[in-house]
Parts: sequence; structure tokens; C-alpha cells
Amino acid sequence: MSATNQSKAFQSRIGEALGNQQAHTNFRSAMNMLMENRLKQFPDQEELLHKRQRADAIRAHALRNLPTLLEKLEQKLVENGIQVHWAENGEEANALIHQLLSQAGARSVVKGKSMVSEEIDLNHYMEERGIKVLESDLGEFILQLAGETPSHIVMPAIHKSKQDIAELIHKHYPEHPYSEDVDTLTQQARQILRDKFCHADAGISGVNFMVAETGTLCLVENEGNGRMSTTVPPIHIAVTGIEKVVESLSDVPPLLELLTKSATGQPITAYFNMITRPRQRGEMDGPQEVHLVLLDNGRSHIRRDEELLDTLRCIRCGSCINHCPVYVQVGGHAYGTVYPGPIGSVLEPMRQGLDKIGALTSACSLCGACGQVCPVQIPLPKLINRLRAEAVTQQVETQGVKGQGSLRKLLEVWTWKGWRLIFGSGLRYRLFKLLATRLRRLTPPKMGGWSRYRTIAKPASRSLDEMAAKAGFDHE
Amino acid sequence: MAMSSDRPSEVYFLATCLTDLLYPRVGLAGMELIRRAGVRVIYPKRQSCCGQPAYNSGYRDEALKVARHQLSCFPRNIPVVVPSGSCAGMVSHHWPELFAGKPDEAEAVNMAGRTFELTQFLVDHLDLQLEDLGEPTEIVVHTSCSSRNELGIEERIESLLAQLSNVTVREQARKAECCGFGGTFSIKQPDISGAMVQDKCDALEQTGATRVVSQDCGCLMNIGGALEKQGRTLQPQHIAEFLLERTNVSN
Amino acid sequence: MSNAREAVLGRLRTNGSIQMGRSIPPQVDYSSLGLNEKRELFTQRLQAAHAEVHHLQDGDWVNWINRELPQRGVSCLLAGGVPAEELEQRVVSTIKLQRYQQPIESWKEELFSQVDASVTSTEGGIASTGTVVVWPTPQEPRLVSLVPSIHVALVDSERLHDTFEQMVNDDRWAERMPTNALLISGPSKTADIQQVIAYGVHGPKQLIVLLLG
Repeated sequence: MSATNQSKAFQSRIGEALGNQQAHTNFRSAMNMLMENRLKQFPDQEELLHKRQRADAIRAHALRNLPTLLEKLEQKLVENGIQVHWAENGEEANALIHQLLSQAGARSVVKGKSMVSEEIDLNHYMEERGIKVLESDLGEFILQLAGETPSHIVMPAIHKSKQDIAELIHKHYPEHPYSEDVDTLTQQARQILRDKFCHADAGISGVNFMVAETGTLCLVENEGNGRMSTTVPPIHIAVTGIEKVVESLSDVPPLLELLTKSATGQPITAYFNMITRPRQRGEMDGPQEVHLVLLDNGRSHIRRDEELLDTLRCIRCGSCINHCPVYVQVGGHAYGTVYPGPIGSVLEPMRQGLDKIGALTSACSLCGACGQVCPVQIPLPKLINRLRAEAVTQQVETQGVKGQGSLRKLLEVWTWKGWRLIFGSGLRYRLFKLLATRLRRLTPPKMGGWSRYRTIAKPASRSLDEMAAKAGFDHE
Repeated sequence: MAMSSDRPSEVYFLATCLTDLLYPRVGLAGMELIRRAGVRVIYPKRQSCCGQPAYNSGYRDEALKVARHQLSCFPRNIPVVVPSGSCAGMVSHHWPELFAGKPDEAEAVNMAGRTFELTQFLVDHLDLQLEDLGEPTEIVVHTSCSSRNELGIEERIESLLAQLSNVTVREQARKAECCGFGGTFSIKQPDISGAMVQDKCDALEQTGATRVVSQDCGCLMNIGGALEKQGRTLQPQHIAEFLLERTNVSN
Repeated sequence: MSNAREAVLGRLRTNGSIQMGRSIPPQVDYSSLGLNEKRELFTQRLQAAHAEVHHLQDGDWVNWINRELPQRGVSCLLAGGVPAEELEQRVVSTIKLQRYQQPIESWKEELFSQVDASVTSTEGGIASTGTVVVWPTPQEPRLVSLVPSIHVALVDSERLHDTFEQMVNDDRWAERMPTNALLISGPSKTADIQQVIAYGVHGPKQLIVLLLG
């Protein structure tokens, strides 16, 4: 997609989102609740800061030692009997997973919530090859019925009302009577999905943390579908990004605490599932085979840059999204990417290239709310600013961010050059002010999108430097 | 809290281009508040802009050139006071990044370290004491995101207002949320920005206050412009003007 | 695809120049809790997460099961290990004690459809989060605490820890990780429908913690 086309497509998605008042109301009430709940978990700001510093350092330490830790992780996992696979990109990861499923003769697969599986579009890949992958997280299950993608990384169906959901379930499973009662809907989903868990040939999941020291895969969840998917079927395939590794088991508790508190304001989720081995001799359940697919998909490229690699500290809590004043207006789908909101506006342009999706960086007022709440202190506003600079830079480097310079437009370049000429010289700036104040009546009554929502502020009749002199302030 | 040794005898006033050109009375009020406290206020005549608009748009070379001009206007090692959290944040937080590795990095870092937002300066360095001479009024405060998230000085404006006995400060819903200005953001994404300022205006108006006070002219231009466009009665005012009006004997 | 492995690791190794070394700040030394405080906090946190907690004397838990579970419609109770041995001696005749002595493949349907409740022993608990720690074993497999609608967990008061971090370090988990370790902090739940919390979406609808001693 050309730079102009991606901007146009983005603007059209934004227009559509802003026109949907019901969705805005849904997002607003959900985000209000998530922010309030998070705040209740962190009554002491000083303690919170210390915890964030600690989590930041743990993740930074892991990223610094990433190649060593990945090798150590692999060695431990193999010792434990978990098979490790590496994939450069989504295509390779899907092919690997497909091969594993085919070898096992799997036709029906249950999957726990995994953003990486969204990233590689796993479901479609398998479906095209005759393997049905059923989403088992309730939110993801609802979206799969609707044929939609998640609008939030933690609460994927946040844009759906209970009426929408009631209709979807009744339409696809008419044996269940139509109901808008949340408990009834939940129990209907329980019945539908229990049968699937019981008969699935394989389970797929993501991973929240991988522990190099012990070769352990950790999964955070509330519903129990993750435990079902990783315990009931004979094969479990976990797929995750290479950045999710931490060095030691004692690194996990501080990250877990900040993850659940930041994400949904829970002190901890209902389940924290730590998987270290496949079923051992004498054990009665658990998968006989456990596989881990380690996905790069641009991550090693991001890690090359001193500043951008901060992005890889992300533990996917979604707190930046919950606090983003732009996200609450447009919702997740407007971004048109797997990861929306502030983290998406940083990660997606790096992953896909600024030429593909760099326009996301424009949807940010740089208010800084995201950076304040990030549990691992990713400087999101700074990174968005950096990507804006990369998008319009003239110096394109082979090692740089993909699509560098692709949003550089001549009109904008000359506007800023003109601005620099005026504001970069005391003399020219004062001349400009003289003209602007004396000719204030000529201020245009309309200025693009600005005046669609606001009146125009006219220059004053005298600028401050003239008035300051009159009021007796020293010029020096 | 402020110690007497923090109290300088003279300061520079960095007006910001928005104040200089559109809201000079805000600048005068800010300068007067400092002068009234017995501190000499110097207004460097050649000053223009901190470079933020270009910096936030990704045009770093242009931002650097303008920032460099601005840097040359404030050479002496005395405090620089700015009636805007956003511009103060640009100098104190982003200049060191912008000038990194450049020959004048040391000067930029030096100025970053002596640049303060107005309410921050009034409270931390002047320990300003105020006596309210105005009629009872109800206001609502909008704290700029840069003052809150970048500088962490959001309570300074509140502590100044708390000294005014006849002023009641109402609290709006989602107090910490951005008003949608964001400089060039409001031009590049006008519809999102428009939706944000609409929500902000609703929240402010629902407090029943008659005036919205802020420490940033950018936010006020955005909120005030939207209020006016919609024909609402809530009035925008910069904290400097508000404080001066209510405490000046000659008024 | 071993070439992917080499390519990825190769790229990661070539940029060894990254300068983001920060030492990890230690855990702040929060005051440690006394036994009664731990019991109280543990109970309070679990109850807040919609779990039931009952404080019982060591030998009393079978009586509690005999008294309470039939009232909740439980007729088939799954258990293994030490809890099963005790139940075998004393459980009331209206409850059928189901053991888990064959691999899951041979009785999956039955487990999913016919078991009403389960009892498991635990590795202990975590007060600060209201968490029951379960390390499944061949005698008490992984699905015991997941599939039945009611999960009864037996927690020894002496094995309550302040925090997860303390438990991991004090009990030297890194040296002895089991096949699967679980932190359970309430019944299965979801908020995926309009952020309304609903319980029992996939796992147990009720978590009952019997705090012993």
C-alpha cells in the first residue's frame, strides 16, 4: 500500500469508528471501569514506581541477554521433553504448526487466547488446509462466530453488546434458547465448548512468560480454557514471540503482579498455569507431546535499535490502550492492526513497515498517559515521536526502520522549512509578528479540520514583546 | 518545598509563540505575578519558539534550528519561566534529546535544567502567597497533559488556587484525560481531536463551573475555541490572568 | 527449520552492543505477616474473588464434605492421593468416591459428564493474592482441579506464604519444578460479555477452600 493509500484507508476507518456512537459508549464505559479497577490496585504511588522500575529492569535484562537466554531456554525445554521450533515469520510458524498437526492427524483443534496466533493469522492458515481451529476464550469464541478480529488485546469482544452476543450464539447454536442474560450466555458457551475440549485432537496456546532457568511456559488466564487447551488434548503446541523469555523463575512473580493489576485491576487472575514438561510416565493426564514455536517476525530487527528495542519489554497488559484518549474514541478496529492503541502504533509500524502502516503514529496527541501507566516503563510517547521522525526522514539507512522516509511529503517539508525560516531568526519572526498583528483582520475564517470543531483564534493587536516593553519589563 | 535559597533575584520569561502572538495578556499577567513578588523579569526580545511543533511532527532538523535560536536568547545562568507546561516540557525534557551529540548540547542541557513552568516556579521557587480579593466563583481546572504526565507538577496549580478563599474548584469526570489538542495532532487528525474536545467540553460544563482555568494556552485555545463554536457559556482563562485578576489591589 | 534458529540467533548475537544494562532493583522488604494475618488476608482475598473459605480443624474436613456436598447436589466426588485415602474411610454413602487411576483417554467422557465435584490437596497458599497452589501428581492429576463444577482445595495453614515471590524463593521452586504448577485464585470466570463478571465459564463454578489447622 502506498503512503497516501494507507493514510486514506486509516482515515476512512477512523471516520467509520467516530460515526458509531454506540461503540464509543461501549468503549468509554469499559475503559472507565478498567482504569478505575487498575487504580484501586495501586494505592501507593511510590511503591508502584518501584515495582515498575523492577519489572522494567527484569525485562531489559532479559532482552540484553536474549540470545543466551533463548539458547538456555531451548536446552532446558529439550531436557524437559518439550520440543522447540524456530520460525522467522508467520508463514514459517504456520507451516510448522500445520506440519505438527498433520503428523498427529489432528482435524479439530482448540486454542487458548493468543495474540501471536492473531499476528500470524493462524486460524485462516489452518482452515484453508482443512483443520478447524476453535477459539475457546469466550471473547475470542464470540468473535470467531461473528467473523471479526479482536478490538482489544485483553478484552477482545469489548465492542460487542450482550444483545449482539445473544444473537450470535442463538444463530450458530439454535439448540440454545435466545437469552440476553450474561450468566445464561456464559453457561451456553460452557456447554458448547466443553464438548470441544473433550474431543479436540490438539490444543494451541500462547505464552505469557518463558523461564530459561527451568524451561517453564507460563500462561495467565481467568476462564480455564487455557488450562483445558493445554491439558486435555494429546498434543499441546505453544506459539510465542522470542522476546517473552525471562532469565529466572524469581523474575516471574513481579511481572505477573504488574500484568494482572495493570490489565484488568485484578490482584491475580483465576489461573496461573506453569508448564514444565509433557505428561511423564505414571501421570494420568496432560499432553504426551508439548511443542514450543518461537517466532521472530521482525523482533530481532527491532532489537537492533537502542531506542526502539524498549518496545520488546511489553508484557501485553493493554494498560496503555485502556488509558489512551484516542483509543477510547475510535476503538480497536480503526487501527486495522492486530495490536491497537499506543503499543500497536509503535509495534505495528516497526513490524510491518512505516510504508504500510506508519500513519498510525499520527493518531496520538502525545498526551503521555500510556507512558505513565506502562508496567515496564516503555516510553511510548517518545517512541511514537521517534517513528514520526523516521517516517519523514531524508536519510534512509539499510538497517533502519522498514519504510523509512515513506511518509515524507513535499508540501509538509516546505511548510516546516518555511516555519524554520521564520521562527529560527529573531528578525524574521518579529517581522512576521508585525504583519500578523497588524493584518489580524485577514486571518482566514476557516482552517481545515480545526475550524470544523472550533472558532479560530486571531492574533492579538499587539504582540507580547511590544506590550512587555510598554509595561516596563527589561529586554536585556 | 521551596527554600529561600531557591529564590532568584532575576528570571527570564519564555513567553511561547502562542502567548506572544495570540494571548499576550497571559504573558503580561505571568510576568507581573513574578515582578510583584520582587523578582526582576527579563523578556528577551528575539525569542520565538521552542521547536516543539516540528519536533512532534518528526521534523527534527527544523526543530533543532529553531530551538538553537531560542537557546541563544537565554544565555545567562538564571531561571527561565514558561507560562506553559507543554513548552516548558519541550525545553526541560526534549531539548537534551534534540541536542544530543551536537556541539551546543551542554548549553541546551544547562537551559533544560533551569527551565520551569510558571505555576511550578511560583510555588517551588517563590512560595507565592495569595490573598483573594475577588467575588465568590466556581471554576474547573484543566491540567495540561505535559504538566501532569511529563513534568509531574499537576498539583501546583491546585495549591495556588487553594489559597484563594472565594474560589471553589469543581472536579470534572476523567480529569486526567487529554483535551485533544496535541499541537499538530489537531490538524492531522481533526476528527479524533474534535471528538476528544467535545467530550472534554461536556465534562467541564457538567461541573456547573463558570470558568475553566489551565496553565497551557494550547489547551485553552482548543477548549475555548470549541466552547465558543458550540455557543457554550463556560469561559476559558489562563491561570496567570486568573490569579492576577483576583489578587491585584488595583483591580 | 534449524536454519531459522541459526538466522534468528545470529541476528541477535550480532547486535551485542546494546547498552541497556540496568541492575534489577531488589524487592522492597515488606513487613512479613503473622500466621493469623495471613489466614485473614488469604480468606478475605479469596472471598473477594468469589471463592468460599472455611476454617476447620485438621480432622474435620471430611465431616464438612459429608455435611455440605450432598446439600449441593454432589453425588460423585473425584479425589486421589491422601485426601482419597481419608475419604475412603469416612465419606458418606450418598457420595460415590471416584478415583483417577487410569489415563484420561480411557474415561474422558465420563470425567466431563459424570463427576460433580473434586477434592485436592495443595502445596499451600498465598495470602497477598488469595491463591491456592496446586502441584498435580500421578495420584492427583491436573484435570482434577479443572473439570468438575466444584473444586474443594485443602490448604494447611502452616503452608501459607505472604507472596508468590516468597513462596517461589523460600520453597526453592526453581530446583524442583513439577510437570505442571498451578496458582488458583478463584472459580473460573470471564468478563467478556459487556464486562459483567460471570463464573464457571470453563472450569469450576465454585472454588471452596478448606483452611486447616
